[in-house]
Amino acid sequence: MYEGVVQDLIDELGRLPGVGPKSAQRIAFHILQADPADVRRLAHVLTEVKAKVRFCKVCGNVAQDELCRVCRDPRRDPAVICVVEEPKDVVAIERTREFRGKYHVLGGAISPIDGVGPDDLRIAELLRRLADGTVTELILATDPNLEGEATATYLARTVKPMGLRVTRLASGLPVGGDLEYADEVTLGRAFEGRRLLDV
Amino acid sequence: MSLFRDDGIVLRTQKLGEADRIITLLTRRHGRVRAVARGVRRTKSKFGARLEPFSHVDVQFFVRGGELVGRGLPLCTQSETIAPYGGAIVADYECYTAGTAMLETAERFTDHEGEPAVQQYLLLVGALRTLAAGDHDPRLVLDAFLLRSLAVNGYAPSFDDCAKCGMTGPNRFFSVGAGGVVCGECRVPGSVVPSREALELLGALLGGDWETADACEPRHCREGSGLVAAYLQWHLERGLRSLRFVEK
Repeated sequence: MYEGVVQDLIDELGRLPGVGPKSAQRIAFHILQADPADVRRLAHVLTEVKAKVRFCKVCGNVAQDELCRVCRDPRRDPAVICVVEEPKDVVAIERTREFRGKYHVLGGAISPIDGVGPDDLRIAELLRRLADGTVTELILATDPNLEGEATATYLARTVKPMGLRVTRLASGLPVGGDLEYADEVTLGRAFEGRRLLDV
Repeated sequence: MSLFRDDGIVLRTQKLGEADRIITLLTRRHGRVRAVARGVRRTKSKFGARLEPFSHVDVQFFVRGGELVGRGLPLCTQSETIAPYGGAIVADYECYTAGTAMLETAERFTDHEGEPAVQQYLLLVGALRTLAAGDHDPRLVLDAFLLRSLAVNGYAPSFDDCAKCGMTGPNRFFSVGAGGVVCGECRVPGSVVPSREALELLGALLGGDWETADACEPRHCREGSGLVAAYLQWHLERGLRSLRFVEK
């Protein structure tokens, strides 16, 4: 146990995800030895992020204004919406530089066993976005696990009467891997989603 | 340090740290077991896809000590798929909600980790296989599973003879507290009078008479489901979270 404020700092750092007591102690002593200007900058960023960051009122992504960067961008195609579970997934898809449409962040996935149902997600907001007829394609990019698949199934069923083109991200073999190490579920999905090689 | 091998159904997964998961399984020989599966959330994980809920798997556990369930969680080191029921179940949202309620029921009826519950395990395997095959209404498969789970755990309801005095049926009154239908003499306050068809349906589901169950009208199915949910809630002492999401 350390005295007063040092122990308070260790306790607060220890509450962060993935930071145990030893790591918290190491970070606390790093802060103690750091340049005061660096520490002031860190403290400033921490308070700023809580004060300024909110959720985009259209797509639910993290934003500094009412609308996020993607929703503000006039070059993005408003006819295609990619549905993801978390804001982190938007960043992952943006890194691919393949997608030029807009996003919708659900805020999780349907998991009845954890008490999360369709009403707990931003599905009503998505249906409101689809109602005006601008959107022609909905890409379901929820996680490729059971809850993500169930959420995609539910969404596909819900938007079916609207006559949209509904697509699901492909599942299959990771690039750079060996076929012999693939598990049978993933390999089965890769076979299901095989594409025509027209050369 | 010991290695254990068993086959089981994955009931639930919880995120742990950066890329790990805690997997809850209902196994054949060790009952309910919780184990850590390292790195399964990474896209390159060799066995992450096998350890999803509804999967019937053959698993190897590594544990420091001689007992599988004891101090600390065992590590799940290898897994092989016996039957991947998840794919077929998740493709139909009604099946998914019914299946999730089955998993939660099986978890609740196997409170003590490491204590074998072979009948409950076999019941769950059979129910998931039936659900994935899609031969019957998912809601009926769920109700049949719930009734038989109650039965194998010692709470078998009676739908014909009086649950209190044993008077030969059919009897009209149904009381969850009394253990099923009761006669006019044994009737307790709060008893309900369900339709004859709903009671016949529940008897058929408990006894495995699918011909009668499949021929039942939807309104009687709904009435029967309500009775099953009330009976289950009474004996589990608190409701199932997933039951309210089951598609009616």
